[in-house]
Amino acid sequence: MGSALFRGGIHPPDKKELSADKPITEARPPQRVVIPLSQHLGAPCKSIVAIDQKVKKGEMVGEAGGFVSAPVHASVSGKVIAIGEFPNAMGRIIMSVVIENDMKEEWAILRDSPDYMKLPPDELKEKIKEAGIVGMGGAAFPTLVKLSPPKEKPIDTVILNGSECEPYLTGDYRLMLEKPVEILEGLKILMKVLGVTRGFVGIEDNKPLAVKAMKEAAEGQAGIEVCGLPTKYPQGAEKMLIKSITGREVPPKALPMDVRVVVQNIGTSFAVYEAARYGKPLIDRVVTVTGDGVREPKNLLVKIGTLVSHLIEECGGLKDEALKVISGGPMMGFAISALDVPVTKGTSGIVALTEGEIAHAGDFSPCIRCGRCIDACPMGLMPSMLSVYAEKGFYEGAKEYNLFDCFECGSCAFVCPSKRPIVQLIRVAKSQVKP
Amino acid sequence: MEITKRPLIVSVSPHIKSEETTSRIMWSVSASLLPAMVMSAYFFGPRALFTVGLCIAASVLSEYLFQTALKKKITVNDGSAFLTGLLLGMNLPPSVPFYIPVIGSFVAVIITKQIFGGLGFNIFNPALIGRAFLLISFPRLMTIWTEPSAAFIALDARTTATPLGILKEEGQARLIELFGDKLHLYAQLLIGHRAGSLGETSAIALLIGAAFLLYRGYITWHIPLSFLGTSALIAWVFGAQGALFAGDPVLHLLSGGMILGAFFMATDYVTSPSVKNGQIIFGIGCGFLTMLIRLKGGFPEGVMFAILIMNCFAPLIDRGFKSKIFGLKKK
Repeated sequence: MGSALFRGGIHPPDKKELSADKPITEARPPQRVVIPLSQHLGAPCKSIVAIDQKVKKGEMVGEAGGFVSAPVHASVSGKVIAIGEFPNAMGRIIMSVVIENDMKEEWAILRDSPDYMKLPPDELKEKIKEAGIVGMGGAAFPTLVKLSPPKEKPIDTVILNGSECEPYLTGDYRLMLEKPVEILEGLKILMKVLGVTRGFVGIEDNKPLAVKAMKEAAEGQAGIEVCGLPTKYPQGAEKMLIKSITGREVPPKALPMDVRVVVQNIGTSFAVYEAARYGKPLIDRVVTVTGDGVREPKNLLVKIGTLVSHLIEECGGLKDEALKVISGGPMMGFAISALDVPVTKGTSGIVALTEGEIAHAGDFSPCIRCGRCIDACPMGLMPSMLSVYAEKGFYEGAKEYNLFDCFECGSCAFVCPSKRPIVQLIRVAKSQVKP
Repeated sequence: MEITKRPLIVSVSPHIKSEETTSRIMWSVSASLLPAMVMSAYFFGPRALFTVGLCIAASVLSEYLFQTALKKKITVNDGSAFLTGLLLGMNLPPSVPFYIPVIGSFVAVIITKQIFGGLGFNIFNPALIGRAFLLISFPRLMTIWTEPSAAFIALDARTTATPLGILKEEGQARLIELFGDKLHLYAQLLIGHRAGSLGETSAIALLIGAAFLLYRGYITWHIPLSFLGTSALIAWVFGAQGALFAGDPVLHLLSGGMILGAFFMATDYVTSPSVKNGQIIFGIGCGFLTMLIRLKGGFPEGVMFAILIMNCFAPLIDRGFKSKIFGLKKK
């Protein structure tokens, strides 16, 4: 396994040493949480609480707004003090429920199932649905949808994505060290739901301890294989991971299910276990708060809805040199302008970068056709041509160069010696033409 | 809550970038030509440094004045004008009068590069257009070759013919005779003790620079190897008069501007294809045209015209050899 490595990719400095040795600790409970009703790809939730209503920890506050959606729950016990529009980390304004924490940590009644592995797949699926689980790697795609492939698309493999190829982030790494058994239980639940006998955990080999921990946990478990994968960004991109582990290539415009594979994130698998075993909804997650711009990098277990400012404060605050704060990793995350935005189900990290670490956005020069981006593109595209077409406004031309196969991993812009904002130009082009 | 002292920067991902910059590449390529320049100064004397220095100064100044006049951003610090001047100088004969470098630099930087929009937009290799312009405009001055001497008294050096010139006019036997024996000829070509353009003669010094560029990843093997491989093959098959498969590929590779052209000129990013498969086609084309000119054309040397002709095809080659899209089945 791992012999069919994808082409392209880059080796950015991973900077994981800042937080890799910090065990996961629980973040201090916040005074209030802001729970956006849309934390996932798909239809937003509908609020089912009213202002002044008392809610318990784990109680549903927003019900799923459709099939491609996931309910949201209170992450603290307390009182709903506002339902209104608040900014999220991506700069969008989202309907959110604000709950004041009464610090009592009173749980809603959860459906405990010690014998969860004996439950029929449909019941397990129901638990995952009720828990509001979404992909926790960043894209936040509702897990239930991935677990409900159409009949004509059989699945034969589940892959857990432990590559955590984004620089700086160490949340999945810590989780694999600290909760390997639970993660594998989550994988087994996923396999059962999908009726699959083959499960893989793919981990980049720059994390030997995680590979070891997961291998030990997987010992004697039928059908489960832990694979160390070569370290290369974006190893953790779904299509790249599938290629590295199974040798299958997801065709353009197709989904992993088209090559009979479902990929889930490490954190997601852990959440699936917690949902199946304890009936616990997805109300907290591991967030790496790191970067040279933050005083004490940490891996924190954070209640969904906690404000970024609260976490940064807990990590000793920002250094004076901090110039950019990112929600997610530095390759694909979002720069945030104000720190009073909530952590959501998809927030894998908060990275504060200093001047030395930042790519300057303003100053770029013309493409010199060096071809570095072409060599780096894991999708086999020609980012140089895409960026030139987009820059000149020839969006249809960009389409001919397979514009919509780009998933914006940023490898091209990372290697570009002219510092061209290639991803930005590609996104402009995507917004201007129909796929 | 005020926990940031300054406003945070917001921009689109990725938020980190490699340290590689265009100017670092340009300066590194310039630095890689240093061994060849040292050898040039050794064989052709201080005059070599003067000529090359003049090319560099004129190139940088041309770019500066042009950009100032047109109120454009001054980009002389990116090193590309410097490199163009350096390469032009290395492609000139040792004894050219001072106005030759000036005119050549003007043509290279302003006509070939800036008029087309500056770095990244030129179709042709600027230094080679500069040289081609000079060769056509001053055919006599551009073909006076002085004999190399290691004595630093090159100002009144004797004129002679280049190995390729002798090969063309008098044949291979005469060339070997002039150098004593075949092994000695190879050795002299390798070390650079022969007539030729200022920076092209020392194959070994050029190869040291090329190795540095390959090691640093500034160039890849695709263009040089296909260029040299094709040339060697053609030289071997058709290089000898009257018989097939009797030519001398080593002689062809080590003479003229082959090494300089294959590693430092044909690999120019802007004017060569950016897709690897396309680069191989580009290199094969360069090799084919070079040997066609050397064996059948009117000029003894064909590297310059070969690269310039292939420059025209670079965009077309890129179109034809689009990279393979992930997941797309090959037809």
